[in-house]
Amino acid sequence: MADHEQHHRDKKQHSVSYGQFILLWLGLLALTGMTVSLAGIDLGRWVIVTALVIASIKSTLVMGTFMHLRFEDRIFRVFVAVALVTFVIFISLTFFDYAFS
Amino acid sequence: MGMWLFLFTELILFGGLFIVYAVYRFKHPEEFRLAAAELDTLVGTVNTIILLTSSLTVAMSITALQEGKKHLSLLLIGTTILFAVAFMVNKYFEWGHKFSLGIYPGSPDLTNKPQGEILYFGLYFVMTGLHALHVIIGVVVLLFVMVFIARGSVNKDSYVKLEAGGLYWHLVDIIWIFLFPLFYLIH
Repeated sequence: MADHEQHHRDKKQHSVSYGQFILLWLGLLALTGMTVSLAGIDLGRWVIVTALVIASIKSTLVMGTFMHLRFEDRIFRVFVAVALVTFVIFISLTFFDYAFS
Repeated sequence: MGMWLFLFTELILFGGLFIVYAVYRFKHPEEFRLAAAELDTLVGTVNTIILLTSSLTVAMSITALQEGKKHLSLLLIGTTILFAVAFMVNKYFEWGHKFSLGIYPGSPDLTNKPQGEILYFGLYFVMTGLHALHVIIGVVVLLFVMVFIARGSVNKDSYVKLEAGGLYWHLVDIIWIFLFPLFYLIH
């Protein structure tokens, strides 16, 4: 029983090891290097797309591990996803309305 | 949970500005490109690395506290604050340099530029300024959390305040993750 409680508490704490954090940090630095070097290349209209895709990957990584979202309940993750998708819809609708009006 | 709700309101705040940016950039693509070329990519990159690393240290401080290592946790939060200060010092010199070139809101040099560049620098000052304000608030929040940890009211078994402070700090990092390519890398 005590063992079970201990296990439960550990699970609830969802402690992330330093190694995992450092690995993620290295990944984020690599992505930063990538986005900076890509900016040096003339990709035309794709410049903004690649920059935004890399920025989105980076923020997903930060939210998932640094902000412990990976370890939250599923319903909570859905909740955050809904907020973000709503936001993306706002941006794209506003933009398309402007672009085609 | 409450902290996340607050972060959503921040998303709306910066999101609105990102929409303004998107529309004006669409309207003045060439002028935005020219204006962006005047920003120093190196300073932006250094500040990106600083913020990413500060996110790492604040995330590790939570693990340290969970393991009951109070002093290590305090040390890691202190490191985060030092990185934040380094970020602001960089920002200070960057803005100072722009000011010395005569580029500041409402300056004669700036108002004589084409409209697109005026808009670009207007957004640049508002968005990076608002972000810098968040950095300062984040430092104050983290200082409070450090006091709580030192006094023991935030500890191994009750560390919601540290988590909330950390979440806020990561949000500041994420906003910069988007500001950096949009302002420094698009030329």
